[in-house]
Amino acid sequence: MIKRSGHTLRVATVFIILLLPAAVFGQYDYIDINNPFSRKIPMAIPAFAALNSDGTDPTLLKKATDVLTNSLDFTGFFNMIDRGAYLLEPGNPVITIDQINFRNWTTIGAELLVTGGLSQTGSLVDIELRLFDTLTGKRLLGKRYHGTVDDVRPIILRFCNEVILQLTGKRGIFDSKIAFVSNGSGNKEILICDFDGSNPVPFTRHGTISLSPAWSSDGKWIAYTTYVNKKPDIFIHRTEGSEKATVEEKGINITPSWVPGQFTLSATMSFAGNQEIYLLTGSGKIIKKITNNWASDLSPSWAPDAKMMAFVSNRTGAPQIYVQDIKTGQVERLTFEGNYNTQPNWSPTGDRIAYTSMAGSRNDIFTIDLKRRQPLQLTQDTGNNESPSWSPDGSLIAFSSTREGPARIYVMTAFGADQRRLLTMPGEQSSPSWSPNLSKY
Amino acid sequence: MRKKLWIFLALFLVIPVLLGTVSCAKKTVTKEEPAPVMAPAPAPPPPPVEDKAAKAFDMAKSEFLRENIYFAFDKSILDDMAQATLKNKAEFLKTYPDVYTTIEGHCDERGTPEYNLALGERRAESAKSFLVDMGIEAYRISTVSYGEERPVCTEQTEDCWAKNRRDNFIIN
Repeated sequence: MIKRSGHTLRVATVFIILLLPAAVFGQYDYIDINNPFSRKIPMAIPAFAALNSDGTDPTLLKKATDVLTNSLDFTGFFNMIDRGAYLLEPGNPVITIDQINFRNWTTIGAELLVTGGLSQTGSLVDIELRLFDTLTGKRLLGKRYHGTVDDVRPIILRFCNEVILQLTGKRGIFDSKIAFVSNGSGNKEILICDFDGSNPVPFTRHGTISLSPAWSSDGKWIAYTTYVNKKPDIFIHRTEGSEKATVEEKGINITPSWVPGQFTLSATMSFAGNQEIYLLTGSGKIIKKITNNWASDLSPSWAPDAKMMAFVSNRTGAPQIYVQDIKTGQVERLTFEGNYNTQPNWSPTGDRIAYTSMAGSRNDIFTIDLKRRQPLQLTQDTGNNESPSWSPDGSLIAFSSTREGPARIYVMTAFGADQRRLLTMPGEQSSPSWSPNLSKY
Repeated sequence: MRKKLWIFLALFLVIPVLLGTVSCAKKTVTKEEPAPVMAPAPAPPPPPVEDKAAKAFDMAKSEFLRENIYFAFDKSILDDMAQATLKNKAEFLKTYPDVYTTIEGHCDERGTPEYNLALGERRAESAKSFLVDMGIEAYRISTVSYGEERPVCTEQTEDCWAKNRRDNFIIN
């Protein structure tokens, strides 16, 4: 499954044609993803138009429209204007700049307009996609793609990445995936789905307890904890292909976490008697011990520059989050509110750490910014909320929640807005781990 | 001379016969004595001893397997009750030196799974240290943490959580 989508993306890459250079290059000031108060930009996306008079399957047009709308809506950056409000003349396609009456769009409040056209010839498709600023009447982006019917979703996701790059200055999340744990098969196994919860596929089939998936920063490896050997060990598997390595020292081998930009892993191991965090090669060989304390040290998570590591320690008697300078070894306690703070996850933007805090018997997700050290509560009064994991652009957080009964995977913005369920499947789901961007473009 | 010869012959022939009859008599006696014993009794007297021992072992074993030790939330310290239970376990392990055990450390579902994996190991290890201090060879005791993955009770009550915060003991 993973292999196939990788293949289709390559097909799309080969046939991409740039219609025209963007009218204005690098308009990054539309959306500031670090601003908690940034307003959603009103966006209109008319239904895809057929570019040839016959041969285009209407269900394919609908699928293309849905993928485009749902994917851009997923980011939380936009306010999608209801299609019923559009001022469209029936029968007239609105795709290119000369076909658009921008006043029809500004009247209904749309500030951004995305148009799509598709022509199908047998199993082949041509897709045109454009992004307009309705206030200035300018085209920000125009792309034409060629591929097969199966490429429609990857093509549109690729265009969505371009849209987000254009508006935020950062690549979108549409080529990312989420690994998570599900017990739907009767055992806890690791599965992988697309960024939006679609296409979940099994990654492990061990028939035992498997936990804590962690992506390498190039997206090519996943390390996880598993009871294949009837005790917690770490398995390191290539996401595509069968290469693997294991960490099977005596005692526990848990909480794997990759060092950004390196084929290096950190994990908690107890073979020497005490639970400490070690640095290991990507193939599971111990490099050195990082922490040194009588208490439990676990759950490492790295700053994007790999100079600092956050982790959990109960050295004061209860679990709290600490940060360690890797060069100097200096350790500093980060969380002081609450007496059970675990699961640190360092934002890819570097400035915040998401974590889980327990109050009473409930867990909730918080973030703490590293400058002011102020905790910010993102979930409340909605069951147990655990395991925060940042999207690769730092704009969203995936987490698990029991707000609807069984544990499921949810997504919210970096400031706690737009909380929604990612997918529904048998059993309970937990421990989401968001991948880095998985394509090279 | 002839008389002497006869005496010799008699001795040669009669004595073995006499001896033979004596040995025969002995044999029959020995045959007769155990025979009645062997038929009804052999099962009761010697095996009863083994049976008692086996029964005692079975009872001790099932108690060893049944008796868990319990912990306070986020703690791996052994309270008085846990220590009393562990003393019984130590007695059992001393009495039966061929027994090897695995201690499984468990947590309640509160908190988070990774921390609970670490906590479960500390719970299993603190029971192991206690048994080693009581004189049990360390190589006879393994530990494994299941964190919050194997609850015995799934309700959201303190009663239920308390049951899950446990070490249980397995015989390998």
